[in-house]
This record gives sequence, C-alpha cells and structure tokens, in this order.
Amino acid sequence: MTDAAPAPRPRSQGRAIWDQFRTHKGALFGLIVLCLLVLFVVIGPLVWQPEKLRVAEALKVRNLGPSWRFPLGTDQLGRDMLYRMMQAGKVSLAVGFIAMMIAIFVGTTIGVLAGYFRRLDGPLMRLTDMFLALPLVPLLLVMVMLFRDRIAGSLGPETGAFVLIVFAIGITSWMQAARIVRGEVLALREREYVLAARSIGAAPRRIIFRHILPNVISPVMVAATLGVAEAIITESVLSFLGLGFPPDFPTWGRLLYDGLQYMQLYPERVLWPGLAISLTVLAVNYIGDGLRDALDPRIRGR
Amino acid sequence: MLTFTLRRLLLAIPTLLFISLVIFLLVDLAPGSPMSEIPLTVPPEVRQKMIEAMGADQPVLVRYLLWLRQFFWVEPATLIDGWFGTSLAGGEQRILSWQTRSPVFTMIGQRIPQTLTVVGTAYLLGVLIALPIGIYSAYRQYSWFDQAGTLFAMIGFSVPTFFTGTLLIIIFAVWLPWFPTKYDTNLTVTDWQSFVQQVRQMALPVLTLALANAAAISRYMRSSMLDNMGQDYVRTARAKGMSERTVVLKHVLRNSLIPVVTVIALGVPAIFGGAIITENLFGVNGIGAALILAIHASDLPTVQTLAFIFAVLIVLFNLIADILYGLLDPRIRYD
Repeated sequence: MTDAAPAPRPRSQGRAIWDQFRTHKGALFGLIVLCLLVLFVVIGPLVWQPEKLRVAEALKVRNLGPSWRFPLGTDQLGRDMLYRMMQAGKVSLAVGFIAMMIAIFVGTTIGVLAGYFRRLDGPLMRLTDMFLALPLVPLLLVMVMLFRDRIAGSLGPETGAFVLIVFAIGITSWMQAARIVRGEVLALREREYVLAARSIGAAPRRIIFRHILPNVISPVMVAATLGVAEAIITESVLSFLGLGFPPDFPTWGRLLYDGLQYMQLYPERVLWPGLAISLTVLAVNYIGDGLRDALDPRIRGR
Repeated sequence: MLTFTLRRLLLAIPTLLFISLVIFLLVDLAPGSPMSEIPLTVPPEVRQKMIEAMGADQPVLVRYLLWLRQFFWVEPATLIDGWFGTSLAGGEQRILSWQTRSPVFTMIGQRIPQTLTVVGTAYLLGVLIALPIGIYSAYRQYSWFDQAGTLFAMIGFSVPTFFTGTLLIIIFAVWLPWFPTKYDTNLTVTDWQSFVQQVRQMALPVLTLALANAAAISRYMRSSMLDNMGQDYVRTARAKGMSERTVVLKHVLRNSLIPVVTVIALGVPAIFGGAIITENLFGVNGIGAALILAIHASDLPTVQTLAFIFAVLIVLFNLIADILYGLLDPRIRYD
C-alpha cells in the first residue's frame, strides 16, 4: 500500500524501514508501550514527588491500599509504591540496555574476527561453543554471590551491584550475536565489492569498518533488541532469587521478591512489578519481531 | 554414524574439562570465599586447622585435579560399589559438602527424584500441549486459532516463569483455595488419597514450567509444519486422493517432527535451569533449591558439583540432539 504513493522521488532507506515497521501492528504496539514505560521511569520521578515522611509518620502509613495520597499504596515500611516502581524501573531498563550493549559489542567483535580472519575462526567458534555449554543461571548466581561483597566494598553497594550484574549478564550472553555476525560476515567477505576493495589495497581494518560492518547492522539490531528482553529477564531472575540488587536500590525483580512474603495479604505488590517486567519484555520482543521484517529488504515492499 | 558419535564424544571431553576449570577457578579464586568468613575471634591456630580440614591450603591445581578425580573416578566407583557390592572406590574420600559434612552426591541422590518428577511431568505436559497447537496453527495458517496461538507463544516467551508461578499461586491457591501454595516433599504416595494430594500439589509448579515450554515448542512445530506443507510430496499425496487426515497427520507430521524432536532434546537442560526458579517459588526440595541453599551458605563443593552437573546435562543433550537428528533424517549424513 505504500507503493501506491505517486511521489516519483525515491524514498530514503530509513523511511522505507519505518513504513514497513508501521504495518506490523504488534511492533507498533510494542514501541508505544516501551515509550510509555520509558516516560514513566524517566519523567515520572520528576512529576511525582512523594512527600518526605519522618520515621514515625512512615510507620503510620504502612501497608496502605491505593489512595490519592499513595496511588499504588505503600509497602511494609511505609514507602510510596508508585515512586519505588519508577525508581526500580529506571534501574531495570538501564541494566537491560547496558548489558545488551556489552553483549553486542563483545559478540560483534568476536563474530567479525571469526568470520573475516580464517585463522581465528576455529578457536573463536570453539570458545563460543564452550560458552554456550556453560550453565548460565547457576554461574551468574555464583558470580554474584562471590564477588558482591568485594565489589560493593570498592564501589559502594549500589554502583557495585549495578556494575557486577550488568557486567556478568553482558559477558555471558554475547554468543548468539557472535554466531549471527560470523555467519553474515562469512557470506559478505566473498562478495565482489569486498574483493574490489581488497584489490585496490584496502587494509582489513578499513574493509571491516567501511564495507562489512554497515552490512551486518540489521541482524545485529534485531539481536540487540531481543538481547534487551533477555537481559531484563535474567536480572529479574537474579533479584528474584535474592542475589540481585539491594532492597534500598531496587529493580522490578527485587520489588517482586520483596512482595512475595506479603503475597497472601497484598497481592498487588507482586502484580505491579511482575506486570511491568512482562509488559517491557513483551513490548521489546514485538519490536524485535517488527524490526526483523522491516530490516529485511526481501520482505520490505519496494 | 558410529564414528560421528565417537568423534563427538571425544570432543565433549575438552569442552567439559574447560567448563569444569572455569567453574572451579571462578568459585575458587573469588574473594568472597568462606575462608574470609571465619570469625576473627577464632584463634589463628584453630583457623589454620579449620582451613586444613577443608583441604583449602593446597595449591589450586592440586585441588582442581583432586576434585576431577573425585568427580570422575571416586564417585562413579562408589555408585557401582553401592549397586554390586564391589569395593572399587576403596574407601577414598568423596566430595564432601561443607554444610553437612556428608557426600554431595548422597544429597543429590536424595533430591533428584523430586526434581525429576516435577520437571519431567512439566516437560511432557508442555510437549503434549505444544504439538497439537503447532500442528493446527500451521494447518490453518492466519486463522483466528493461529493468531491466538501466536499471541500465546509471545506471552509465553515474555512473561518470566517466576511471575507466571506467582500469578498461579495468587489465583489458584490464595483466591480460589484449590491447590496448596507449598510443595510437601515428605508426602509419599501410598494410596488413592495421597496420590490425589500429590497431583494437587504438583499442579501449579508443573503448569508453570509446562506453559513456558509449550510456548517455544509450539512455534517450532508450527514453522516446521509450514515448511513441509508446501512440498511437492504433499501435493502428490493429495493428488492420489488421500484423505486430508492421512496427509497431514501421517505424511507431513512425520517429516515435521524431525527438527522438533531435536529442539525438544535441546530444551531439556534449559528446563533444569528454569526449575531452579520454580523449585524455590513452590518449595520443591530438588537440586535447584539445593543450589540456592548452597550458594547462600557458601558451600563451595556443592555449588561446584551442581553447576558442573548442569553443564554435563547441556553437553549431553546437545550430543543426543545431534545423534537423533542423524538417526531420524536419512538425508543427514555426518560421515
């Protein structure tokens, strides 16, 4: 239907991708939901300032239900749940995005090296296979348990937990990206334009950055989108098992874990963070789905 | 086929050694080891004795080799001794838990039936739900059933198991008191009544795990069916006048199941990993709960052994999937 436009001017690539992306209803829904969630955690704390309560006052407002004063009620220490949801969401999303960036950086580097340099292919892919055979959840739990105190000692409990968890998730989830990139690079390096670049004496570095990397962007972007969802789930699993973030620097997973004890009396304290995690992951997965279609020139209607 | 299997088995050895080394070093070189958790009030000579008793004063390499020997030689030998009354192990030291001072494998042996009952039933149920959904979604592509199946799969991918589990508890154990919230490990099935009780307490954890698995497997089944539906042999079968039922359920299904079977085999280790969460949520006393317990107690030998068992499962089922693929699909020839 986008072809029907009578404009003779050729469309830019970004425009074409956006037009295809728009036709995917789920992806559009995902984008809107994700934007709303990002607004909620970034703008929310600026708009919604909870009143500062002294300890004696906070004790009186423990375990309240929803009201105008506390739209999502309060927790067992009299803290405003809405404000905590915003704070926790900020950390959850930040962990997801930064861990994904680490994973994509490592994965792309290893994938390009393995695909472009034949000598490195064997060892690097063996390494990838071995990483794929590692039991990730137990390993992450062990890493957090063993290094938490040491890193908290040198960086402070909040930054420490953040750096440790982001780093741990990042270096254990780059394997898919590496495999995808390697496959693409293996096909690309045999193309004529790469041969042409090599024949005029371009250095491997220049060929990789100028001719190969721009062409692997689309699969990497799809992998990155799905990686965000994966990282958010992994972080919440760690927090859920009590080995994630400290309670005064919560993520959605941690809020859920804290709410579990009061589940029978105040189920909404589990429901809100759980819904937030599920919605984020669902939105991101749908965006990934839409991006895959939109970035594939064979599907994209021209 | 035999040479392929042998080659893969040989290749699995360095992989497992690498993984065991990573796990061992990670756990061993970490700063938060229990040596640092002995209270400072303990006199130095007693502290020295404690460290020696745990064998923690030896160099890393010695401890690693000792652990490998215990894992691959002493433990299987003890197992065989237990079965046949031989004395292969010769009373050598087994891997001891620092929490209980008893062999880790005894504890695993006690706990693994719990895990297997819950995880096994869940996986079986998941596959049984997923296959019909996948088949019918592919047969009626883009119908409302297919759309609903897609939505179901998307939600199944996205909602983490700990949240489905809590939701199920809130709905079916708190609001509607149909099922118990906690799993009673001590229950033994002796008569009809205890059997019903066992089924009731297994319902929620099994459903949690089954839904998560069904989502992924139904997608694989659907796409595999779709790949086969357009093939020439399907048109031939229809042209011969075979009933639609025979065409879909015999000709197409058999060929479509080949990749799905390997996916099912590959999913087995992942479900053990997922069981860590479910076991903790429902209080199933399996190996996943044991891992968390050992982590919180800094019980390094148990953590190392359990993590390595998870790794062995992954390598083993990768191998099984590859071999199954070769056995089921005559077009695949590894040699």
